[in-house]
Amino acid sequence: MRPTILIYILVMALTTYLVRMIPFTAFRKKITSRFARSFFHYIPYAVLAAMTFPAILYSTGSLLSATVGLAVAMVLAYFGRSLIVVSLAASFVAFLVGFLPFG
Amino acid sequence: MSHTSPYRYFDGLRDGLPIGLGYLSVSFGFGITAVGEGLRFLEALIISMTNLTSAGQVAGVTVIVAAGTILEMILTQFVINLRYSLMGITLTQRLDCRCTTPHRLLMSFGLTDEIFAVAASKPYPVGPSYFYGLMTLPYIGWAGGTLLGALAGQILPESIRVAMGIMIYAMFVAIILPPMKKDRGVLGAVLIAALLSCAVAYLPFLSWISEGFSIIICAVVAAVVMAILRPISDEADAKEEGQA
Repeated sequence: MRPTILIYILVMALTTYLVRMIPFTAFRKKITSRFARSFFHYIPYAVLAAMTFPAILYSTGSLLSATVGLAVAMVLAYFGRSLIVVSLAASFVAFLVGFLPFG
Repeated sequence: MSHTSPYRYFDGLRDGLPIGLGYLSVSFGFGITAVGEGLRFLEALIISMTNLTSAGQVAGVTVIVAAGTILEMILTQFVINLRYSLMGITLTQRLDCRCTTPHRLLMSFGLTDEIFAVAASKPYPVGPSYFYGLMTLPYIGWAGGTLLGALAGQILPESIRVAMGIMIYAMFVAIILPPMKKDRGVLGAVLIAALLSCAVAYLPFLSWISEGFSIIICAVVAAVVMAILRPISDEADAKEEGQA
């Protein structure tokens, strides 16, 4: 452990923690505004969508295997399969497609 | 009190498994990168064990390697991780009554994009035990993956490693798709956020927006638009209260 680097890491960890902790701990009220409630209802799905697209297409290093994996995930998710089943199946299919000569 | 969560530690553990597996592969890459940039394996491991955030850590390593100022480190981490503040406030609306301040101090450490998304999209409010369960495997996966990546570089064959990259995103799809079928508002929010995110990624005049900022901008715009177009009904509120 080099001391300078340890200081960087401490600052980094502390900043990250405070950004997470302060609003999460200080915010106590139940939000009553209908607009705010609606906003908070939609935000988790919007965050996930923004993180997933288009990043999922580049998640395997091959557009083809990622697209097939995405399709498999969407079909299984549509039929309500569990998170772990969907992610393992998508990954396994992407793995198989990776062996195709044109993949 | 009926305002306690039905979910237990084990439920969280199970929901955290795909996140943990996804983190294992993502942090594996971080471990390789950090050591490649000149950090020692122990330093890379400590970063992962104390930060638990992918984008912030990669940016942090860049600042360390460039011997940047402490202020630069603080600003970088603040901006990239600002979304956790928003997620934290959102999640406070979905907590049960057992989430006291000491619990929140500990829980906030595990507030990542994926853990937030899973916890916030549960049909009923969550409590500390579920949340700790949800944090457990992602934390182990994140630290363990970093250690493996930093130590060994290439433990898994390339073909498996790249295929594991899709797991975390497939899990996101599994979270957002079922409610899209039932709730037009969620459908709209997902489509708007995805389209905006693609626009930022592909349109050259928007390419200056960093990935961290892109997520927060696209998501906020989509949620605001749908909150205006399709505010949740008081009926839905009442139902939610009843469930809680």
